[in-house]
Amino acid sequence: MKALVWHGKEDIRCDTVTDPEIQDPRDAIIKVTSCAICGSDLHLFHNYIPGMLPGDIMGHETMGEVVEVGSGVDGKLKKGDRIVVPFTIICGECDQCKRGNFSVCETTNRKRHLAEKAFGHSCAGLFGYTHLTGGYPGGQAEYLRVPFADATHIKVPASIPDEQLLFLSDIFPTGWQAAVQCDIEPTDTVAIWGCGPVGQMAIRSAVLLGANQVIAIDCLPERLSMAEAGGATTIDFESESVLERLKELTDGRGPEKCIDCVGMESHVMASLPDTLLDRAKQMVMVESDRPHVLREMIYVCRPGGIISVPGVYSGFSDMLPMGAFMNKGLTMRTGQTHVNRWTDDLLHRIEEGQIDPSFVITHTVPLSQGPEMYQVFRDKRDSCIKVVLRP
Amino acid sequence: MFHFSNIVRTRGDPKLVAGGPSLKRPEDQLARALGWFSIGLGVVELFAPRRVTETLGMEGHETLVRAFGVREIMAGITSLSVEKNAGLWARVGGDGLDAAALLSGLTPDNPKKGNIVLALLMVGGIAMLDYRAAQDTRPRRPTRDARRKLYPNRSGFPKGIESVRTAAKQIAAHAAGRT
Repeated sequence: MKALVWHGKEDIRCDTVTDPEIQDPRDAIIKVTSCAICGSDLHLFHNYIPGMLPGDIMGHETMGEVVEVGSGVDGKLKKGDRIVVPFTIICGECDQCKRGNFSVCETTNRKRHLAEKAFGHSCAGLFGYTHLTGGYPGGQAEYLRVPFADATHIKVPASIPDEQLLFLSDIFPTGWQAAVQCDIEPTDTVAIWGCGPVGQMAIRSAVLLGANQVIAIDCLPERLSMAEAGGATTIDFESESVLERLKELTDGRGPEKCIDCVGMESHVMASLPDTLLDRAKQMVMVESDRPHVLREMIYVCRPGGIISVPGVYSGFSDMLPMGAFMNKGLTMRTGQTHVNRWTDDLLHRIEEGQIDPSFVITHTVPLSQGPEMYQVFRDKRDSCIKVVLRP
Repeated sequence: MFHFSNIVRTRGDPKLVAGGPSLKRPEDQLARALGWFSIGLGVVELFAPRRVTETLGMEGHETLVRAFGVREIMAGITSLSVEKNAGLWARVGGDGLDAAALLSGLTPDNPKKGNIVLALLMVGGIAMLDYRAAQDTRPRRPTRDARRKLYPNRSGFPKGIESVRTAAKQIAAHAAGRT
């Protein structure tokens, strides 16, 4: 089969690989009908996430049709079923899964010893990501083996097109969880840093959850225009001061809720010296993340407020203003997304026509063009916001 | 066909059969080679400055050579990073500094001035490669004033944003009424 394969920094190729096989009775194989490139795939593209090996298949936003099931799937899936595959692999049986904390499933990371060394504890296995999270082959391919398939799936109806459902795999529940974690109240202002795909979903989620005001921060006109279309007031951080504009828009109080949809690769600007220092330190590998957005959020968030972090951080961040964080009594909530905790509700909202997540797609191309699209997406060429690949 | 990366695949996972084309361009390979060259030269300058000064007949300038070594290593690491273009331009600037330092040693009483001329020729050649690689690896991001598509009609709310806001307000009012 064809698959997008990681070969090193900025080197992803469309290779021919052997087809996946059932390895465990709980496995299923799907024929991929749609998959997407995620912003967090760019961290792998840039080789900022440790634990990648040449030959790893990329991709964790995938859906398709079941073509083979293992004997242990126990009637929960059958050939011909149409499923979206959540990016977190879950067993559905461990203590964390029973609590709904699916992204920290205690069973599915097959290389848990690596994660335990890096993070203290293991987290769930993830598709198409680092070997710290199991090194499972990803879904930017023609076929995908879904481990623990009896639990790791979202069954979807045949009547809704792929474009509307695909993002149940990651970015829609990720934006949703980020907003839910904010405990949004009707009087709240929610400020969202980063208007990439997850940021766009977080904006819509905050609106759906009834925020009084949603403010979106980015510097790209196409992303800001899409954010505005979704109901956000926008701030272009290259032409105006984020701190001053946020104060102005909240009568000096600051936003009650802040969401970081940027993560470890925040924008570098000469007018923001901390970003230059972070970039230099990241380059010589004395700091793994560039946490400018976290610093800004802690500084600007209203005392007693909540900071929600769906953006990916990989290791160590320097110079976080813990004094401000502590004295302002802020709360931080973060984590990989507990996808299956939210997908029943979100699928229902799609079926009801409350939201159509396909608004975010700007490019749809064959899988073979995937390597080029990584570059286009990374460089923000052709007003690219979200790429869907068709195997 | 044998592929080295298949050795580390977990049993049963897909293995590489035939590699597809790489998008790495010759200029990317050149940048990589220059990055490693820079680190190698930097390590020599940092840890064996006396050897360098003796070869060039410029004894007494060991501290300067060490400083140049640190500069070379930093530029090399940057050239190997995602920001390779910045690293390559740093190397072009560094080549200028190297040339200036070598010219200062080109005095009539220097018995090793032949080596300095040779070093200057090498710096000139490398500078041309650095400049070429820096030109060819310029980031392909569109400039701020480039023409862009905007998406003002992509709300994502098929029933309209006002309908969503009204529904959210009703849910909030209902919840407040219940408490």
